[in-house]
Amino acid sequence: METAGHFDLQTLWFALIAILWTGFFLLDGFDFGVGMLYPFLGRDDPERHALLATILPVWDSYEVWIIVAGGATFAAFPGWYASMFSGFYLVFFGILLALIVRGVAIEYRNKHDSASWRRRWDVAMPISSAAIPFLLGVVFATITRGVPLDPRGDVTGGQGVLFSGYSVLAGFTLVAAFALHGALFLAVRTRDGLEERARGFALALYPVAAVLLIVFTVWTAVQASSSAPYPTPVYVLLGLSLPAAAASGPLALLKRPLAAFAGTSAATVLLVAALFARLYPRVMVSSTAGSPSLTVYGTASNHYSLVAMTIIAAVFVPVVLVYQVWALWVFRARLSREDFARPPTPLHMITAKRPGSSPGGAAAGDGE
Amino acid sequence: MGTTAVLDRWQFAVTIVYHFLFVPLTIGLAWFVAGMQTAWHRTGKEHYLRMTRFFGKLFLINFALGVVTGIVQEFQFGMNWSVYSRFVGSVFGAPLAIEGLVAFFLESTFIGLWLFGWDRLPPRAHLAMIWLVVAGTSSSAYFILAANSWMQHPVGYAMKGGRAEMTSLGDVLLQPLQITHFFHTIAASLVTAGLLVVAVAAYRLRRARREGTGPDDPDVRLFRAAAHGALWVTAVASVVVIGVGHFQAQLLVRYQPMKMAAAEALYETQAPAPLSLLAIGPWEKHPERNNVDIAIPHGLSVLSTNNWNGEIRGINDIQREYEGRYGPGDYTPIIGSVYWSWRLMITVGFLVLLYSAAWLWTIHRRGWASSRRLAWTAYAFLALPFLANTAGWLVTEMGRQPWIVHGLLRTNDAISPTVGTGHVITTLAGFAAVYGVLAAIMGWLMVRAVRAGPERPAPEVTREDALPPMLH
Repeated sequence: METAGHFDLQTLWFALIAILWTGFFLLDGFDFGVGMLYPFLGRDDPERHALLATILPVWDSYEVWIIVAGGATFAAFPGWYASMFSGFYLVFFGILLALIVRGVAIEYRNKHDSASWRRRWDVAMPISSAAIPFLLGVVFATITRGVPLDPRGDVTGGQGVLFSGYSVLAGFTLVAAFALHGALFLAVRTRDGLEERARGFALALYPVAAVLLIVFTVWTAVQASSSAPYPTPVYVLLGLSLPAAAASGPLALLKRPLAAFAGTSAATVLLVAALFARLYPRVMVSSTAGSPSLTVYGTASNHYSLVAMTIIAAVFVPVVLVYQVWALWVFRARLSREDFARPPTPLHMITAKRPGSSPGGAAAGDGE
Repeated sequence: MGTTAVLDRWQFAVTIVYHFLFVPLTIGLAWFVAGMQTAWHRTGKEHYLRMTRFFGKLFLINFALGVVTGIVQEFQFGMNWSVYSRFVGSVFGAPLAIEGLVAFFLESTFIGLWLFGWDRLPPRAHLAMIWLVVAGTSSSAYFILAANSWMQHPVGYAMKGGRAEMTSLGDVLLQPLQITHFFHTIAASLVTAGLLVVAVAAYRLRRARREGTGPDDPDVRLFRAAAHGALWVTAVASVVVIGVGHFQAQLLVRYQPMKMAAAEALYETQAPAPLSLLAIGPWEKHPERNNVDIAIPHGLSVLSTNNWNGEIRGINDIQREYEGRYGPGDYTPIIGSVYWSWRLMITVGFLVLLYSAAWLWTIHRRGWASSRRLAWTAYAFLALPFLANTAGWLVTEMGRQPWIVHGLLRTNDAISPTVGTGHVITTLAGFAAVYGVLAAIMGWLMVRAVRAGPERPAPEVTREDALPPMLH
């Protein structure tokens, strides 16, 4: 087993996994927010359709960030992967069910044109969209704060140990923060009145998210001071995260939704980074006396694996980033109720407008 | 075997078999849709465009379930099989992580761009999107099969500190068993999708005929072209399935002799060995013999070793050898299941080949006169590839037992020690219930989409008429 030294691949992979989770929370974070809010923000079906359409083309590729984070953990830190997923068995089962329901709700909602069909998915979507960040918040708060571990590194004491005041607060904080993040995203991506309503939602959500975030940040900082091996980066990241989040409210009030969205984005990135910084070099903190915490060194794969994986990541991560940014650019147009009020047949549309002319601000689309 | 281990295995079996109902169809349909769109791009004929969009819709309904059930598979290794995960993470995790990074990002990003990019991208770029989806889904199959092939035949690793550590990624990704697994699976996916296209086309043609629509109707032209193309693909792909399957079996005789001996219900080592056509043994997990065995002399020797008198080792002999090598224990899989799954898979392979060849011949000789018969046979054949795909996995996974990693780790020893029986019962019941509901919803959507048929041809539209585009 490699130890800390010349070229620390374990730290590199820990950082990469942290980046993957951060990317997931940043990108799927606003998907969750949209999923939680669209039935309440949209007054009729075309409006809801427009709101949901802001994430339709991209949500699936954002969910892949969590899949790759899981796969990378399996490959780079099998010991961490095994302990975390088996230790939080029922929580991950809940996360899986919510991911399944949310995915199917997004994909199937518009595949049938009946009011009751859509209403059912409009109930399933917000619940599953809130459940995922809540449960992931519980998991991350718990592994940074401490779990009972046996000497082998397995979690003991049942699933109840996961739910502490701190972990539940983390769950609610993520839910509120992503609702705000999503509302601001919708304020950027919609038009003809929808963006105003989304901004109003953001302003209403802002105080709730702010209070939760402040309490969570302070609590995390206090705990980091007593338990984190490297507390300084944690303070810095938390210290930067709070003003970024704080700025989003006033910016939304000043009708600068894009800047406000940048604020919640920065806050998400910094907050998740702070949690991982608090963890490092541990990957699961032990709360059991005599059982040491799991660390990047104790749970890592062998040197060859890490080198091979590093080369592959160095080649493919930039490629993935380039085409994901390009996809964001392709789907940058603002959407409104108008785009969905009078659906033409898509064939109609294609044959009428080829090639490649797209009226500014209009949506792209396939038909149902 | 402990109750929890049994339940863990059931959960894995249920979730993977369910997942694998959608995966081959997704992979195969991606190729079909890409081919159809390419035909449209090349010829400019509108019926190819309508075909692309019609089958594209079926592809998307199916794709969604493949995606959401796939994530269960990834998390499940850590959740239910933590000892396994620690043991093999360095080797097995790598292709899994590469699959995510290389394949999943590709397919998920470009499927969005394909679906919602019709009017935002120039035609050529839009066509490239669907081909990138094909690259994504097919390479995804490659990496996950590489991970599975390693469990069947571990290569490129060294044992260190009680776990397998990777020493060669090239060996893991490129071993011969994996190459045959991949082509076998891709060809089987094309057969699966091909028979779906044939069945759907047959239904639409039959309906058009009942409504008295003539051969010049655009829908009739569309579905005749689709059925004809799909029959060709199915015929060629089933030849590949059978051919590759043959070489795969030869490799397995070398790497996993017990699996192949069980698949042939061959108890005693024989040279020459006969090819079993119908074996009936006592109804036990591990019967000692066959009561009935109708066989072709020399058949198995020739197929497995390319030698008229080649020696094939039997179950009892391999069991004794393994006891010597690995200590006392039961190294025999459930023979009846492996034997009959193996036969089911092979029978379907040949039936599909005969079926598609027969219909191609009929259409060539007599045209499209008998669409009613085409419809009924196509419905009957639609189920077969799904059965064969499932049977294939059962042979692969059940035939490997009691090993989770052949020769290295037993399934029984691989489960999560801290996950209790009650938890596994909860999740098994939960997945089964949710999957049941999803299957019903998905089947209903598919049937509805097929009943509704393709979009009608576009009337002449002027730019001023162009309505605002819509999503989804």
